[in-house]
Amino acid sequence: NFARRPLSLSEKQRFCHQRLPEKPMGIESQHKHLLELLRRTAVHGESNSVLIVGPRGSGKTMLLKCVLRDLLEVKDVNKNVLQVHLNGLLQTDDRIALKEITRQLNLENVVGDKVFGSFAENLAFLLEALKKGDRSSSRPVLFILDEFDLFAHHKNQTLLYNLLDVSQSAQAPVAVIGLTCRLDVLELLEKRVKSRFSHRQIHLLSSLSFRQYLDNVILQLSLPPDFADAKFFEEWNDSIKRLCKDKSVVDVLEKHYNSSKDFRSLHLLLMLVLSQVSVCKPSIKPTDLLEASRVCVADSKANILHGLSVLELCLIIAMKHLSDIYEGEPFNFQMVHNEFKKFLQRKSQSIYNFDKPVVMKAFEHLQQLELIKSVDGSTGKIHKEYQLMKLMLDHNQIMEALQKYPQCPTDVKQWALSAFG
Amino acid sequence: MQHSVQSRCKIMVRYFTRLRVRRVYKWDGTPSSFDRKLKTYFFDSLNISVEGQPGMTTVTPGQYVLIEGDNEDNPFVAKLLKFFGDESNQQKKALVQWFVRVCEVPHNKKKLLGRSPHPQEVFYYLGHTCDNEIDAESILNTVQVQYVPVDAPFPEPGIKDTLYVKLSWDTKTFKDLDPALMQDTPVPASTPPRLKPASPRAGSVSRTRGPVSASKAGNNEAESVHSAAKLSASKTLSTKRRGSSGVTPGVRKKLQLSPEKIMSRKDGLCELLDEEVDSEKALVTKLNSSPRSLHHGYSLSPVRSDHRPPNSLGGDMLLGMAPLILEDEVFEAGLPTGTAKTPKKRQATPRRKATTPSRRKDSAMTAREPSLGVLAEEDSESSPMQLVVTSSRSKRKSAQLVASRIRKQLNLMGDAQELHSDDGDDDCFTPSKKDLHHSSEEDLEDEEVSKSEETAGKTTRGRLRRASTTPARTPRKPPSKKVGSLGTSWRRPVLHVSSVPESLPCREQEFQDIYNFVESKVMDGTGGCMYISGVPGTGKTATVHEVIRCLQHASDMDEIPTFRFVEINGMKMTDPHQAYVQILQKLTDQKATADHAAALLEKMFSNPAPKKETTVLLVDELDLLWTRKQNVMYNLFDWPTRRHARLVVLTIANTMDLPERIMINRVASRLGLTRMSFQPYSFKQLQQIITSRLNKVKAFEEDALQLVSRKVAALSGDARRCLDICRRATEICEHSAPQPSSTGLVGMSHVMEALDEMFSSSYITAIRCASVQEQLFLRAVLAEFRRLGLEEATFQQVFVQHRALCRVEGLQPLSVSEGLAVCQRLGACRLLLLEASRLDVLQRVRLNVSQDDVLYALKADRA
Repeated sequence: NFARRPLSLSEKQRFCHQRLPEKPMGIESQHKHLLELLRRTAVHGESNSVLIVGPRGSGKTMLLKCVLRDLLEVKDVNKNVLQVHLNGLLQTDDRIALKEITRQLNLENVVGDKVFGSFAENLAFLLEALKKGDRSSSRPVLFILDEFDLFAHHKNQTLLYNLLDVSQSAQAPVAVIGLTCRLDVLELLEKRVKSRFSHRQIHLLSSLSFRQYLDNVILQLSLPPDFADAKFFEEWNDSIKRLCKDKSVVDVLEKHYNSSKDFRSLHLLLMLVLSQVSVCKPSIKPTDLLEASRVCVADSKANILHGLSVLELCLIIAMKHLSDIYEGEPFNFQMVHNEFKKFLQRKSQSIYNFDKPVVMKAFEHLQQLELIKSVDGSTGKIHKEYQLMKLMLDHNQIMEALQKYPQCPTDVKQWALSAFG
Repeated sequence: MQHSVQSRCKIMVRYFTRLRVRRVYKWDGTPSSFDRKLKTYFFDSLNISVEGQPGMTTVTPGQYVLIEGDNEDNPFVAKLLKFFGDESNQQKKALVQWFVRVCEVPHNKKKLLGRSPHPQEVFYYLGHTCDNEIDAESILNTVQVQYVPVDAPFPEPGIKDTLYVKLSWDTKTFKDLDPALMQDTPVPASTPPRLKPASPRAGSVSRTRGPVSASKAGNNEAESVHSAAKLSASKTLSTKRRGSSGVTPGVRKKLQLSPEKIMSRKDGLCELLDEEVDSEKALVTKLNSSPRSLHHGYSLSPVRSDHRPPNSLGGDMLLGMAPLILEDEVFEAGLPTGTAKTPKKRQATPRRKATTPSRRKDSAMTAREPSLGVLAEEDSESSPMQLVVTSSRSKRKSAQLVASRIRKQLNLMGDAQELHSDDGDDDCFTPSKKDLHHSSEEDLEDEEVSKSEETAGKTTRGRLRRASTTPARTPRKPPSKKVGSLGTSWRRPVLHVSSVPESLPCREQEFQDIYNFVESKVMDGTGGCMYISGVPGTGKTATVHEVIRCLQHASDMDEIPTFRFVEINGMKMTDPHQAYVQILQKLTDQKATADHAAALLEKMFSNPAPKKETTVLLVDELDLLWTRKQNVMYNLFDWPTRRHARLVVLTIANTMDLPERIMINRVASRLGLTRMSFQPYSFKQLQQIITSRLNKVKAFEEDALQLVSRKVAALSGDARRCLDICRRATEICEHSAPQPSSTGLVGMSHVMEALDEMFSSSYITAIRCASVQEQLFLRAVLAEFRRLGLEEATFQQVFVQHRALCRVEGLQPLSVSEGLAVCQRLGACRLLLLEASRLDVLQRVRLNVSQDDVLYALKADRA
């Protein structure tokens, strides 16, 4: 039992992206290219700039981390190379970015964790520091800009211009590595910035077939060979192989594969599955996977609908009819209320005979849940009852929700199905 | 003249009222003598009294005084030589010997000192660009200046208000100061008060820097005596150089009459004529026949023009060695040597023989230099020497000569290369003969030289080259001769954008225009603006830097007055007003806020100052200095128009019509109409650029090169792009498995691959690599567009189509959440353009790719 504990740990680590794979899968050539490029900067002091472009979850950061890990294994490089990691989501303007660079490089104007000096001074200081360097004597600096496209939105693109300018002139050797998921990132750069960029792009576009995807799932779930309990190791890995031959499992995985090829969403799914494994339930059953998949693909709006009161549900149905009649034109509370009243009159039952303020309250609740949304942002000027609204739900979503709604009154269901309200 | 004095007085009044001090200047006594020819009276002393304070200061020649200057905290220091005034007694003039403070020494030359300067240290000024005649009314006060022998330490603690002088400074090097110069005997009026340095080289030999052995120090002493003795001898020789800056008209006349001058002039004229008659043949003959003394001028240049301190270890020492070695070559070649410098030369030779083994190795490394630089030698034969001999009047012409030489150099390069490779005849090309000799020597050395030494050697080599050739610069990496041993990897560094080539091919005309503009302004001591435009990567900044380097070289050779070069870049500052701060800091090393800096600069450029050099200011990326009121631009263009500014402003921007587009009238008018536009490179030019970078060595297949240059020329004409592609192609070539048939050249396939990587749109690949649902969604978008007849649809509408398509394809339909996720993923790649995601299902969707591309990509996927 004791030996099984590290099982989930080692795999969870993998799924939480805390452990890098030994060899990046399917992107060997890109790995080689990038490693070679950075090696030249680190060893020979040749400045470079490169962009790694790929959709989200395609392994850009993983590739870079692998390359850096391999690079640092090279003798002499380890002590020499300086790394600066920036993220466009964190360093939202050049002022912050410069402070961060200065801090990470630990230049002279850094005391402890604080950076002194104004923005202008910091820039001048950094440029001076880089300019003083030369190819043979200075330590190479790797600038890693995550979410590169966001840096292009900074004022004047000062930071990018300067970094790329250094990379194109005989100053301290630098490598500027940008990571982005935007294919049109070069169009964001100003022409003089663009001219200074070397136009090297490494594209990570996986052309993974489903067969490879499946193999990868097996690989991801398998235990590493150095696992302590050899017996359990065998059992587990066999069970995983068997699992991946199961028809229903393959179907679920194919659906995922069709939806998205990236590993991040796969990891999310497998993580849910793996969480079900415990000491008393030491293997993964196909049902676990189905359940996890159901959780993953569940529609968020449908879930909200399940929690509504019958009155609110009635209002939603009234809105659905309205948008059917007016072909998606917006409606206001008064219209919905009229529609609702028509339904009540027809049924001549008084169970749902609520006062108007109560209906209004329900209406507002729907708005808070963002199931309906006002068309124009000006909420203040127009009287609440006449504010134009739009339904944010698809008809299918409503019908599905009604099917699953616990103890839904039959007349409400019929009303929803009827064509003319 | 009258006017200038008045304006000066006015300014001084302003200045003093600010300080609340007003000085009154009066001659003490009657004139002691009178010069009839010049109509000047000489006086013995001057009384300065400060208004509102009792007592007065009497200044007499021989005393040291402080003179008002740009920098209020550090006024200029000088020794008074004599006083004189004109008949009307309106002007009070003084002749002075300048001293230079540490802060006045250009930043990049401070390191030549080899130690940190004493705060109260001054240097005896031996340059001759500063007028030594000053307005006596700019004298502020007296000051104590004390001579400290070179080996003695500075007195500790220093007495306040006393300055110490140890070394002299001739705008290029620091030298030991001859104590005799500091004695109080006033210099006789007939001789020019400035003492010409013995020669820069003598200084560099005697002034040993860096690690020096004890025996060398002894040698040094003997030599300094020697050079001191020669001082007077060389004085007469050197005066001819200073002809243009003579003190009085009489002196100038006399100098021009000196026979040597005439001779050298004739020489220069002959060469010019030769040049005009015809090119190469004349050049070759000239190479043989030109007087050898000119070679001295050249071989001296490395030390003088080397203003940048070496970074690498031991560079200092190697530097010191460099000129000696070069000279030795001349010696070994058994050439007749010049007259004045021969003894010194002899001395140099034994010194070299006394070097330690390690140094000898280094010298072997340095000896490699010429072998690399066939081109360098070529060049040395042409421009710099000629510039030495041509008189100042023909200077403009000589500048044109430089350009023609550069142009020619490209042709010559090929010839030289051939000469180099074939061991046969080399009658006319003495340099190349030497090359061969040295390269063979070097091959022997190659094995035993360790890697670290190689880097050291490289640095020196670079320095030497830079020093010896006019338009050349340090190539980072090796030369053609290593091609065999290293394979192809040498190409990459050469092709890196950062490596500045020997010359800038295809920009000769632009180079010449800018050169002429700046040179004329520097020589006339006036100011002006120039606007340079061109798309990125057309060599604007590089050309200007090249011009400045050439001019700096020329000023090192004393052909034009020295000038200061300041560069700012609109992109390298956070705010347009930071421009003031940066300019001020680069000019005076002062730090100030933007407003204060603007005020200081304003004062600096509008006030007359006794010691003033022309400032050349390069403003890169001008458009970023735009402000609402445009006052930064206004000031930058207004300063050159000031009478005393002596400021030349070169501005660079991308767009041709920038002045018309963004500048208000008063700014555009001050910028003037001196414009220049750099056209994008044509494919032929790009081809030439690459070829010249590769030193004519064949590294690319002809077709491949043509493809790259044509492609880039068609796209942007950006040389950076061209070089990047070539570099990438070289990498691809290196990494591709060597095929038996391949020649080792970068071929068509490699270039195609590189072009593909850089230019091919990745959208189609991205669509092909997208997941099934993503592709389906794109098709749904197309279907919806077709249905609506618009190029835009909401997610909700597209999703209906998507659902239908799923059913057709037999796939399980997605939930709305999943559909949105698919849509967002496509949006993140920018295959789709989406509205803000808070609009949820109502967000509008557009394609960022053409519909045809999507269809093409999806169809190919099917097949």
